[in-house]
Amino acid sequence: MTRTSQSRPRGRLFGRIDGDVAGILLLAALLIVVLPLGLDIFRLNMVGKYLTYAFVALGLVLCWGSAGILSLGQGIFFGIGGYCMAMFLKLEASSPEATKIQSTPGIPDFMDWNQLKALPWFWEPFHSLTFATVAVVAVPALLAFIVGLAMFKRRVGGVYFAIITQAFAAILTILIVGQQGYTGGINGITDLRTLKGWDIRTDEAKLVLYFVNAALLIGCILLCLYVRRSKLGRILVALRDKEDRVRFSGYDVANFKIFVFCFAAALSAVGGAMFTLQVGFMSPSFVGIVPSIEMVIYCAVGGRLSLLGAVYGTLLVNWAKTMLSESFPELWLFAMGALFIGVVMVFPNGLAGLYQQFIAPRLRRPVAGRADAAAGVDAGAPIIPPHTAAD
Amino acid sequence: MANPTDYLLAVEGLTVSFDGFKAVNDLSFYVDSNEIHVIIGPNGAGKTTVLDLICGRTRASGGSIKFRNKELTAMKEHQIVKAGVGRKFQNPSIYDDLTVFENLEISYPRGRTVFGALAFKRDAAVRERVAEIAEMIFLADHLDQRAEYLSHGQKQWLEIGMLLIQDPELLMLDEPVAGMSVNERKKTAELLNKIIQNRSVLVIEHDMKFVEDIAHRVTVLHQGKILSEGSMERVKNDPKVVEVYLGH
Repeated sequence: MTRTSQSRPRGRLFGRIDGDVAGILLLAALLIVVLPLGLDIFRLNMVGKYLTYAFVALGLVLCWGSAGILSLGQGIFFGIGGYCMAMFLKLEASSPEATKIQSTPGIPDFMDWNQLKALPWFWEPFHSLTFATVAVVAVPALLAFIVGLAMFKRRVGGVYFAIITQAFAAILTILIVGQQGYTGGINGITDLRTLKGWDIRTDEAKLVLYFVNAALLIGCILLCLYVRRSKLGRILVALRDKEDRVRFSGYDVANFKIFVFCFAAALSAVGGAMFTLQVGFMSPSFVGIVPSIEMVIYCAVGGRLSLLGAVYGTLLVNWAKTMLSESFPELWLFAMGALFIGVVMVFPNGLAGLYQQFIAPRLRRPVAGRADAAAGVDAGAPIIPPHTAAD
Repeated sequence: MANPTDYLLAVEGLTVSFDGFKAVNDLSFYVDSNEIHVIIGPNGAGKTTVLDLICGRTRASGGSIKFRNKELTAMKEHQIVKAGVGRKFQNPSIYDDLTVFENLEISYPRGRTVFGALAFKRDAAVRERVAEIAEMIFLADHLDQRAEYLSHGQKQWLEIGMLLIQDPELLMLDEPVAGMSVNERKKTAELLNKIIQNRSVLVIEHDMKFVEDIAHRVTVLHQGKILSEGSMERVKNDPKVVEVYLGH
């Protein structure tokens, strides 16, 4: 009897790998083949922009979905990642020749407008692309570490944590807007041109960046999948439901929360950096409370327990946002509100939950013999039964 | 009496007050190796608080708790667990969304740091140990089942199993048979008698029949203080105990 119970999970594991890989391959095919063939470069670039939010949504699936830590301040990390990249690009665009009409040539234009005479010290290292790339991930992760350390070690959680992250988002926005000479203020950092001499504004560059972005996203999904399938992933689910039991099983719970918060922050930051590259600017309007909450909605609509669900949710909500704001700009906010209410009241596990509930069972019927082993498997594809979601 | 430091667990002068109310007041008791020690007492006597204090969930206002001569009052919860103290909660506290196997695996004492957990491999040693414990707690046929769907009694066993897999020297159980059927209760007593080899068990229980079955030594708490202590036989015949507790 022991033997059967040992072999069964193994069989299920293989089934699950199949399901996950199938789901990821399907998404990869959509992103890398179908969309580039079907859309013109303007629309494709737009999808690329949406996909940068999907990095945030992935982070939220782990942080909020798995571990139950709701952060309403992911815009902070998205923004910092974006700003780190923007600082490098801005410095490259501000060579002494390009800025010779300024009263101080060689510094970004907005600094000149704000009567700065020299480049601030913290801008200096951003001359290096290597430094900027490391900073994209390291700075947000470090900030998340400090916030996490301060909150989780003191056992601040739940709603209180969400409110505090929101406060941080507001503080950072105010800081960026207020320190115009150092940050570009409300306009953000604009007029970005080249990356190591490669013009990022051309259609070809946009196409290349789209593919880089899509590949990075697939890579991040695989990384998240690894984390969720590790014991750490199961511990996150365990502490979401019974934090004390985990603590009294010998784990320092705070460390796990800090880890997942930092991980989500780093993912968001990668998205932010790709946003800057594809859209060509970064501003505080992607940092504050409103964008942070919108990002949570993308994740909630897609399904906070499903990695792929969150990606589809992000694409869908953003697509709807673009369509609605092109045709009926005044309706968008109402639609967004209705969507969120709908998710909370009607389908709490998002699109992935609906898929799992209504579509997956139909797909499974033909292979009835394996139905048991496959239960909850189509995992990579939007999963929901909390058990599979856990893995 | 032997030097207190010879005991596995030595609680001395333990006091905790919540807003001036002394839930536990100058409490001292000792647990020997391989002893089943039961704490009984009316509601509000401070029984659960004593367990909370030992496992670090509540911080003591005064006194000391020594486990193998190590002071527990200054240690963090997870350090106390690593020192060898396991605690079962009153309501079955298990991970509903995970399978029985995964529940037990999380309690397996390896890979308890963040990166240890990331690198954790479900190897043969883990599978064997989980199977062994599952057998012991009557759940060998339920390893792949989500814990949510277990019966109340099975959940209680699962949590006991989660503690056993840690192999603690001191096992603390808060009302392990509450809400169990007669049959489940019998099996639990059987289980407890099986698992006390090489460890001590500190139990809080209301069920007198059950206490009589398992207890080596009984401590009666009343209003945060010890009312009586000794064998069940002695405690039962103590007039003070009869008055405040058993008589009702």
